[in-house]
Amino acid sequence: MTVSFGGRASSVRFEGVTKAFGEVVAVNAISFVVEAGSLATLLGPSGCGKTTTLRLVAGLELATAGRILIGDDDVTGLPATRRDVSMVFQSYALFPHMTVIENVAYGFVVSGTPKAEAHAKAELGLELVGLKGYGPRLPSELSGGQQQRVAVARALVLEPQVLLFDEPLSNLDAKLRRRVREEIRDIQQSLGLTVVYVTHDQEEALAVSDKVIVMRNAEIAQEGKPRELYEQPADRFVADFIGDANMVSADILSVDGTHARVSIGGVEVQVPSRGLPVGPVQTAIRPESVLLDTQGGEGLAGTVLKTAYLGKHMEYTVDSPVGELFVVDERVHAPLAPGTGVTIRFGDRIALVVG
Amino acid sequence: MNGLGIGRYVLGWQLVGLAGFLLLPWYAVEDGFWGFGWLFDGYPFDPDYAPAIVLLLQGAKPWLWPIAGFLLLPALALGRPSTERFTQNVLLLVGGLGVAYILGQGFTVGLRGWNAGFLEAWYGPLGDRQFGMGYGALLAGTGLFFLFTLGCAARGAVNGDGFVVGSIGLIVMVVALFIFFPVARILISALQTNEGLFSLAALLDKLLTGKIWGLDCVYSHRACGVAWNSLALAVAVGAGTTLLGLAFALVVTRTGFPAKRLFRGLTVLPIITPPFVIGLALILLFGQSGAITQFLEAAFGIPASRWLYGFSGVWLAQMLAFTPIAFLVLIGVVEGVSPSVEEAAQTLRADAWTTLRTVSLPLMRPGLANAFLLGFIESMADFGNPMVLGGNFNVLSTEIFFAIVGAQYDQGRASVLALVLLFFTLLAFYAQRRWLGRKSYTSVTGKGDAGIAVPLPGRFATLIFGVTIPWAVMTAVLYATILFGGFVNLWGLDHTLTLRHYIDAFGITVGDHGWVWSGGAWNSFFTTIAISAISAPLTAAIGLLTAYLLVRQRFLGKQAFEFGTMLSFAIPGTVIGVSYVLAFNVPPLELTGTGIILVISFVFRNMPVGVRAGIASMSQLDSSLDEASLTLGASSWQTIRRVVLPLMRPAILAALVYSFVRAMTAISAVIFLVSAEYDMATAYILGRVENNDYGLSIAYSSVLIVIMFVAILLLQLLVGERRLGRRSAAKLEIGGQPA
Ligand SMILES: Nc1ncnc2c1ncn2[C@@H]1O[C@H](COP(=O)(O)OP(=O)(O)OP(=O)(O)O)[C@@H](O)[C@H]1O
Ligand SMILES: [Mg+2]
Repeated sequence: MTVSFGGRASSVRFEGVTKAFGEVVAVNAISFVVEAGSLATLLGPSGCGKTTTLRLVAGLELATAGRILIGDDDVTGLPATRRDVSMVFQSYALFPHMTVIENVAYGFVVSGTPKAEAHAKAELGLELVGLKGYGPRLPSELSGGQQQRVAVARALVLEPQVLLFDEPLSNLDAKLRRRVREEIRDIQQSLGLTVVYVTHDQEEALAVSDKVIVMRNAEIAQEGKPRELYEQPADRFVADFIGDANMVSADILSVDGTHARVSIGGVEVQVPSRGLPVGPVQTAIRPESVLLDTQGGEGLAGTVLKTAYLGKHMEYTVDSPVGELFVVDERVHAPLAPGTGVTIRFGDRIALVVG
Repeated sequence: MNGLGIGRYVLGWQLVGLAGFLLLPWYAVEDGFWGFGWLFDGYPFDPDYAPAIVLLLQGAKPWLWPIAGFLLLPALALGRPSTERFTQNVLLLVGGLGVAYILGQGFTVGLRGWNAGFLEAWYGPLGDRQFGMGYGALLAGTGLFFLFTLGCAARGAVNGDGFVVGSIGLIVMVVALFIFFPVARILISALQTNEGLFSLAALLDKLLTGKIWGLDCVYSHRACGVAWNSLALAVAVGAGTTLLGLAFALVVTRTGFPAKRLFRGLTVLPIITPPFVIGLALILLFGQSGAITQFLEAAFGIPASRWLYGFSGVWLAQMLAFTPIAFLVLIGVVEGVSPSVEEAAQTLRADAWTTLRTVSLPLMRPGLANAFLLGFIESMADFGNPMVLGGNFNVLSTEIFFAIVGAQYDQGRASVLALVLLFFTLLAFYAQRRWLGRKSYTSVTGKGDAGIAVPLPGRFATLIFGVTIPWAVMTAVLYATILFGGFVNLWGLDHTLTLRHYIDAFGITVGDHGWVWSGGAWNSFFTTIAISAISAPLTAAIGLLTAYLLVRQRFLGKQAFEFGTMLSFAIPGTVIGVSYVLAFNVPPLELTGTGIILVISFVFRNMPVGVRAGIASMSQLDSSLDEASLTLGASSWQTIRRVVLPLMRPAILAALVYSFVRAMTAISAVIFLVSAEYDMATAYILGRVENNDYGLSIAYSSVLIVIMFVAILLLQLLVGERRLGRRSAAKLEIGGQPA
């Protein structure tokens, strides 16, 4: 039996959407597009408006201003019931008084599908998430990960135009998290679903997304492909939020097309110029791009202040002429003791910060 | 998905309205709401039973014509999309104006033609008249009203959710009609002279008399004004019940006292006992021929006195009756004070007494205020005990009763007294809200909050036991008296055992034509059961619906909505009773003397209880469950039916039984509304008490108490014990994620 879900995936478009709760502006005039069949994550610190944005897509909140389009339809004024959008909640929100199959069939039953047909379709959904045969159980008789997959199946079987996830993995332990997020990504890609996904875990966002939308204080700080955000952060907020970064002042010495020669405290490196002119600049240096050497040679002189052993790598805090640097070093077999003098050089994971 | 427009709902409500206009008797039929004799008695041409259309065709009641127009016009909106401005306006205008017109004509044309003199002067005598509205008018009005709410929804109110807008409208409408309108009628009536003219002087004249505000008792032996009597009594009862309730709560939660369960058991008693039964039992014990009085006289030569009849007796009776209510409120609050907070205080070197004084008691502040308010209002509204024990000590509730029912029949005076009563309770309600601000809820977290409550400091514990144990014993003796008293021939004089009173009340004889319910109590007994059984589901439904709107929906004016629905909690039953007599005695809403008015009074008296129960249990349901259902395409009505209601089953059951029991025991509003045909048990018993027929009264009361006790036990069995204990708190929480 072939399973075909997701034939109706549609794009989501926000045009200057604002949502205010009385005085509080939770989302402030944001615009973005999520292409049909792609997965976009909303990423940002707590309280920045991610959940509100997601609920605006679902119709659980109605926008104070602006336009929301799903596919070509303007859905700005439509409440949740009338939108073709399903959502997977952080708490899963499985109905505790219904069995697994009843939960998954719920959307069909309330729209008037005969029960037998509804259950047959629900059965397919369960199969898709690998829970065939779990139908008669109650949600309380499942493990956390299984409950999560029931919630996904319940949202999926309706073949919504858009599928929403609000921090779906935050109730799972670290191991399970990795597995389930891969499963979600697999299903999304194989069915070609449009998914909007909220998380505040940047690693999760980078791992699963076609597009990441970073939010800050009710606004969009930057959006783009995971690699773009990591390698070309728009400002220090994004640089710092996506992976760790050392923000260091530097000087652009010369620009040659797309590349620039930059002097960081006298050490010269070559990085993408991002259209910046010669002169002072801020750089975001990834911790794995600060290279420590005890053998001397070219570079900045520094001193190790703190060390921490994290199993697969070492973390150091190093004092240097350009300020304190946070360093990740994979050479765990030869750790440096605090007080050790080192020579600092820089790798290529350095971005010039535009904003 | 669910993209249906509102077209079929418009058609549906239009048909309902037309059915009312074309098919059913427009005016109230004589033999009551449930009497269907009219169907075979001249319908549809007899003017008493005719539908509006027949009346009009017969040439009568020409002012009903426009209603036909209002009912037909919505057809203009049929088949048009609800997003169109035109559709919205048609619905809003036709519905709104239609309802306003129906009400307006009802109030302007009454039993004697024009209701207001100036209309008569302008248009000349009408030469026609009309009675109270009946099924027809009800349906037509309902249809038009919901067309109006559909219009609001189409305009985008509450996200365009027709069901929610309709529900809000419904509740606003019925609360306005059955709480605000009657109370407003009191105000109007207070402003009227006995001749029906409006005058502020009349009000002031009635308001500012020594009988209400006199302070003679301060400096002489004469009685004070009733307002001061009521106020003093209510404050004393509020304070007393709060302190005593707190003492009981502390014993149950903070000591190892072995009979805790018994104490908890005592809390059911006031719910299942009509309050004045306590007064009655006190007479049997401490009255002039009471058992204890006689014993004291015989053993110690202490002469019998009349101390029981007056302030002290009423106070004692109300204390006994309402302390358990305070206890119920406070036990939750005392349990809500987290032991870990107290442990924290102790690790900061506070001793047990200091901890209690500086941490625990302040945290209980909302509970204390709540308990005081409840005691205060219950005392103000209590009618039975002052009636039975008051003697020369008059309070507002009894004065109101005599003004309405007594020989004086002075509506204006009753209204003024009711306003004073209302003023006091609203003042207390307002003061409590001000004092607490909005943070009135103690939160018992779902987290397994470990820790052991601090035991009570020694001397304090002794004091508390010294008060609570004798009190509990006394309560037990009272109830024993009630149960036993019904089997005694003539209490105080002849203590031979007899079934006489039970036979008088509940006798069944076999006559020529089979069984005869010959006992005097049967009539009121069956009425009570029936009225209570009808009002319970209505109360639960309207209470839970209101709770749903308050907890789960956001809409304009929600604060006012909440205040309005909670306000009826602060309106004493006595006031409701008077106001219903004033408001529903004449057309357009002619309800006095029917069973409906009793049902309605119970529904709105007990509604706040349903609302509170609903709010409590709904707040424990994670709102993402509703939202999940909505995003899966269910409408809000489907969500309520399939998700919310099934998960709230225990709360529903509790609300049902509670409103049933409250209806069985109520007296203060009921006493104004009973009629020969619809007599209620409590009113009947009180009547017997006035005739000094204590035996029958006590017997009847025992039967009621036992029945309700059984009802509550059944509930407990059905729902299982739902104690809000620290340990079980987590279990109560039904989150989206099963534990
Ligand atoms: N119903 C509401 N009423 C008032 N303010 C609200 C409401 N819902 C959200 N807010 C406010 O809007 C802002 C954004 O909230 P939102 O829930 O979208 O944050 P978030 O990005 O999802 O945060 P988190 O990662 O902590 O879940 C917050 O400041 C919040 O306090
Ligand atoms: Mg959130």
